Amino acid sequence: MSGFSRTKTIMTYIPKPAVVYPGLERNEIGLTRRDYEGSMTTLCAGCGHDSITAAIVQAFWELSIPPHRVAKLSGIGCSSKTPAYFLKQAHGFNGVHGRMPALVTGANAANSELTYIGVSGDGDSLSIGLGQLSHAIRRNVNLLYVLENNGVYGLTKGQFSASADRGSLSKKGEANTMESIDGCLLALTLGATFVARSFSGDKAQLVPIIKAGLAHSGFAFVDVISPCVTFNDHEGSTKSYAYTREHNVEIVHADFVPPAAAITTQYDPGSVRNVMMHDGSYVRLRKVAEDYDPSDRDRAYAHIRERQKDGEVVTGLLYLSEDSKDMHEQSETIPSSLVALPFEQLCPGNNELQRMQARFR
Amino acid sequence: MDRVNDFAFKIATANGTGSASANGLLMQAIFRMGVPVTGKNVFPSNIQGLPTWYEIRVNKDGYTARTPHFDLMVALNAATYDKDVAEVGSGGWLLYDSSWPLDERLKRPDVTYLGVPLAEMCNATFKGVRERILMKNIAYVGALAALMKIDEDVIRALLKEKFGKKQALMESNQKAVDLGYQYAAKTFSCPLPIHLEPLDKTKDAILIDGNTSAALGCLYAGATVAAWYPITPSTSLMDAFRGFCMKYRQDPETKKNRYAILQAEDELAAVGMVIGAGWAGARAFTSTSGPGISLMSEFIGLAYYAEVPAVIFDVQRTGPSTGMPTRTQQGDLMTAAYASHGDTRHICLYPADPREAFELAAKAFDFAERFQTPVFVLSDLDIGMNDWMVPKLTWDDSYKPDRGKVLTAEQLEQVKTFYRYLDVDGDGIAYRTLPGTHPKGAFFARGSGHNKFGGYTEDAEEYTEVVDRIDRKIQRATKVLPAPIVRQVPGAKLGILTIGGCHAACNEALDLLAKEGIALDYMRVRSFPFGDDVAKFVESHDLTFVVEQNRDAQLRSLLQLETGLPIDKMESVRYYGGFPMSAHYVISGIKARLDKAA
Repeated sequence: MSGFSRTKTIMTYIPKPAVVYPGLERNEIGLTRRDYEGSMTTLCAGCGHDSITAAIVQAFWELSIPPHRVAKLSGIGCSSKTPAYFLKQAHGFNGVHGRMPALVTGANAANSELTYIGVSGDGDSLSIGLGQLSHAIRRNVNLLYVLENNGVYGLTKGQFSASADRGSLSKKGEANTMESIDGCLLALTLGATFVARSFSGDKAQLVPIIKAGLAHSGFAFVDVISPCVTFNDHEGSTKSYAYTREHNVEIVHADFVPPAAAITTQYDPGSVRNVMMHDGSYVRLRKVAEDYDPSDRDRAYAHIRERQKDGEVVTGLLYLSEDSKDMHEQSETIPSSLVALPFEQLCPGNNELQRMQARFR
Repeated sequence: MDRVNDFAFKIATANGTGSASANGLLMQAIFRMGVPVTGKNVFPSNIQGLPTWYEIRVNKDGYTARTPHFDLMVALNAATYDKDVAEVGSGGWLLYDSSWPLDERLKRPDVTYLGVPLAEMCNATFKGVRERILMKNIAYVGALAALMKIDEDVIRALLKEKFGKKQALMESNQKAVDLGYQYAAKTFSCPLPIHLEPLDKTKDAILIDGNTSAALGCLYAGATVAAWYPITPSTSLMDAFRGFCMKYRQDPETKKNRYAILQAEDELAAVGMVIGAGWAGARAFTSTSGPGISLMSEFIGLAYYAEVPAVIFDVQRTGPSTGMPTRTQQGDLMTAAYASHGDTRHICLYPADPREAFELAAKAFDFAERFQTPVFVLSDLDIGMNDWMVPKLTWDDSYKPDRGKVLTAEQLEQVKTFYRYLDVDGDGIAYRTLPGTHPKGAFFARGSGHNKFGGYTEDAEEYTEVVDRIDRKIQRATKVLPAPIVRQVPGAKLGILTIGGCHAACNEALDLLAKEGIALDYMRVRSFPFGDDVAKFVESHDLTFVVEQNRDAQLRSLLQLETGLPIDKMESVRYYGGFPMSAHYVISGIKARLDKAA
């Protein structure tokens, strides 16, 4: 394997210098945060997506997931570039526009032993890929799906996306005349087993949500409002930093408790719910809004709608099903990877072929 | 002329009346008598009510192509009487349900009419509307058995096998057969000149459709993930695969499935799932037809450029658009060869019959993994859905799947740095790694511009280097792809070059033309891109007839594009009306040109 030598390099992507400073904190498997990073971002300075990338790095590091046991997939668009910026030791697949759910569904069908993360944007998820997103939710494919939601097409310079709110102004001052598609309401309607919303600027909220989503066995839908500093961060936009900060209302705060760790944090018992996840970890749902029940799909839907009428964007872990059955459980596949099956277990052999052909006579 | 074991007949019924099982019974009975037989189901895109036909050709010499000439018509659908009466060959027979009088206008002086009161007899014998309708069909099997001398014992045995413990059903079926048989035996002079005598020409053969055999090929090749969207005429491929998996792919202890079959939301998703699974390391496939290929094209370009194995079965039907979903064609030859925008060229395999569909299905996975690219298997509705008589399938137990260049964790441990798209061995095929194998194996697969190290690029030189290597890789594949089937006659200056399901018709045409003193060499291509032998074949003949089933001579266009051969060396012979190719069309096409030249 000596042939893998790098003879010439023209840099159109930017690797990060692989310098590890002594004294960097290490996780349970001895890795530093740097081990969970990827190449340097090529997004605009201040892009919300980069904050989400940082939260993803933090969450994976805290969970001590071996990076090479993760598969990261994305579609097309600014958001879909981000898998290059985290977990450089993980296989990545940047597919075609709006079709990441199909790729990840197939990969997951083949090898259920890996941790899957799919990153998408509002154009990728809610316009061109709306069908695929919907059906991946229905199948309850076991993955963390992060929708980096800025309400705008960035790479093609500022067109409204399907998540842009009606009345929201473009950079040129035009108002969006159509109703928006709300990813969380959509996911709830389609039977998603894990629905959360967060804000790229709120790492304290986002990191535990990502961790809970990774622990969830099934489709974990996380809509992250992520302002576009270049095309959608002006006055009149409902996806700007200023607007989101002002209208963001956290209703359920998620805390993540890893497997086997004691639940020690003290909360008012009436407002906390511990939900045990598939892997033995717990998600602590701390209700911030009094009347909110994150295990009631209909109430969750109604609550989001109600708050929306008042111009509020509710965030937090909005819905969690405690009896989620992922795609493999539904179809009763073996618990291990299909890729690892030895050929002898797959091919019935010539004797059986001769025997079975009696039915074709 | 001796017409024993050499004739064709056609059965006209309405869809959803149960005629399919009656026709299957006829086919099987003839087959069990040792007489070569083929059946073509001419069915509508409908569940109940529209006209449907079944054509059975009996041929002692084993010619299995469709013939458009029918010696006998079983006309049971009043809605198509006119057409059906017109289709009987002169001097032939027409069997009809004489429970109702036949309009005088339908009487032809050159046809013998055989009236059997099927409805009357069945109404008198059976109770219930459903049973009466079903048994009418079984009754014509009985009448035909008497008229064509089909062995009654064979029919009895088949009914026993089919209904097994369902004694009542078996008895009513047998009663219906007897009704028809006895009526025909006492009313007509049996057997007709077109009848059967037992032979021993089917003992090493099976009757199988190409979708079932292709599904078997997938099973035997070790495919574990399949994704699809239902579409005629490919649906039965996935149905068969599911059936085989349920039988052969269950963990014996836990009863859990060692396979995943995903019914996708559309064909875009179906092929995306296959590509995702291929990237993850599974042998994965989809089955579809032309409309599906159109939808899949963007993703196919991704698999080509990101170099992900995928197997795509295109069971072709008539296009464009929805076309005629239940009629056959070879209309996707061009689309499959270059599917996707941008520069692409795909490996295509072209089975000629269900046996080859089995073999090439299995091989497709080897090629897909070895060359890290999508591979098409292009059959068609005729191969996929009709029962063909083919030699029994065999499997070489020494077969080991060719997974291509996949680095293991141990190998990766030895590598300093792994680069996904580096041509380490100089053969155009780079090493790949599977997700989850080793930290050093990670790479970023992408459909955007990438350099040989796997990095994103917008650099002209870096981009070109990779796409040129992929082109070399696909071109080199021709050295191992299935070679054409060739049949040569000494001194022949003319040739036939054909593809896929035209094989049977062309071979029959070759024999018939030879009897008239017209000698032709023969080549059937089995894969794309073409090897050098294909161009040589055309070059070495004064004129080559390119026989295919589409309007635009797509095979000839591919030959022109890929070999640069002049068009005047290749005369196109086409039939594309939706029925399987017949020797008749091949011969008339060739003769038209020869007569013009003479």
